[in-house]
Amino acid sequence: MATAAEKEGVVLLDFWVSPFGQRCRIALAEKGVEYEYKEENLSDKSPLLLKMNPIHKKIPVLIHHGKPICESLVIVQYIDEVWSNNPLLPSDPYERAKARFWADFVDKKVYECGTRLWKLKGEAHEEARKDMIEILKLLEGELGDKKYFGGETFGFVDVAVAPFTAWFYTYETCGKFSVDEECPKLAAWAKRCKERESVSKSVHDPHKVYEFVGKLKKKFGLE
Amino acid sequence: MGEELKLFGVWGSPFSRRVELALRLKGIPYDYMEEDLSNKSPSLLKYNPIHKKIPVLLHGGKPVVESLVILEYIEETWEGNHAILPKDPYERAMARFWARFLDDKCMPAMWMSCWTEGDAQQNFMKESKENLSILEGELKGKKFFGGNAIGLVDIAALFIAHWAGVLQEVAGISLVNEEKHPILFKWIEEFISSDIVVECLPARERLLAFFQAKKETMLATKAPAQ
Repeated sequence: MATAAEKEGVVLLDFWVSPFGQRCRIALAEKGVEYEYKEENLSDKSPLLLKMNPIHKKIPVLIHHGKPICESLVIVQYIDEVWSNNPLLPSDPYERAKARFWADFVDKKVYECGTRLWKLKGEAHEEARKDMIEILKLLEGELGDKKYFGGETFGFVDVAVAPFTAWFYTYETCGKFSVDEECPKLAAWAKRCKERESVSKSVHDPHKVYEFVGKLKKKFGLE
Repeated sequence: MGEELKLFGVWGSPFSRRVELALRLKGIPYDYMEEDLSNKSPSLLKYNPIHKKIPVLLHGGKPVVESLVILEYIEETWEGNHAILPKDPYERAMARFWARFLDDKCMPAMWMSCWTEGDAQQNFMKESKENLSILEGELKGKKFFGGNAIGLVDIAALFIAHWAGVLQEVAGISLVNEEKHPILFKWIEEFISSDIVVECLPARERLLAFFQAKKETMLATKAPAQ
């Protein structure tokens, strides 16, 4: 008797704390798609991962009926197109372009700045702190008074940003600022996201993320 | 669609030329505004306040920015003529993946190969050649990355078809090489044999002169003080 996951034929190669992998988990959960989750050991990558993503050798990789899709935003768009319930991207081309722009903005800015924030010291750290606050304020500007980035419904940009809410605590602690104070609307949005099952089941506790970064810092000799 | 369509670009930018190619393939008329990046227009700063970059496509007064986002917008808005993305979701995902590979990996490595020296240059050149081989693997057996017709990935790879050759010459290095990349070379020949593509390319001599001048400025500023 095939399980629901086996029937769907969906496998996700992932790493527990990766915000990029979490985007895929959130999207699959929003669509109610059963899948098999495979945790990768990034210091000992599985033959499956190396076979399915030979170019970048990175997670996440979505494997659907044996065919791999790589790059988190490409995966999320694929999920949105294959399972048409609860659409994540709006139907209007201009609104879709705006959503793609903001998801691309998150990709270009948040993770890289966050890394500078916990890795660097002195003037470079100060610059990273300034940059991070600016990035979060820009996101808040786009959110405005809406319930979600997608408007009334949880959409593509919400999926793209939601995993990073678990990193807010780490950014706040490393940068000595408060998201509640600097970006109250964004902070409120983050709380609303956590109330969604798709997010709460996919995204880890912020303290666990902070612990993980602590381990990375030790590994890089930064503690 | 009778709304006003305006493209803010720069003559030598592969990113704004991509957008022009997509519009021309679909037969969509547009107005073009040349930007001076050393003196950005108030319009550019208004329509792309976050990145302050070209290209910007202004459709009925609404701006779309980031070239790959613009290409998808063009595809979705003018669906009828010359589809640049396939219909199948998996094939679409592959096209998006390769477009990102070009932007995130291929172009930066090729660009840096031409503007660095010594060990750094060697590393970028090695990475570039590996990327080009990967692209060849994807192209095998097909006339274009998009199959029989020019698609999103071909448009995204415009840099390789035209700019790479010029930059290689200025830097005095070889990256795209008929011997090492015969399939890619054939693709370049096929691609730039299309009239529509040629219309979208900046004149080679002008591009060469521009990059040569840039190189001279770079070398002059590096010259040791006496």
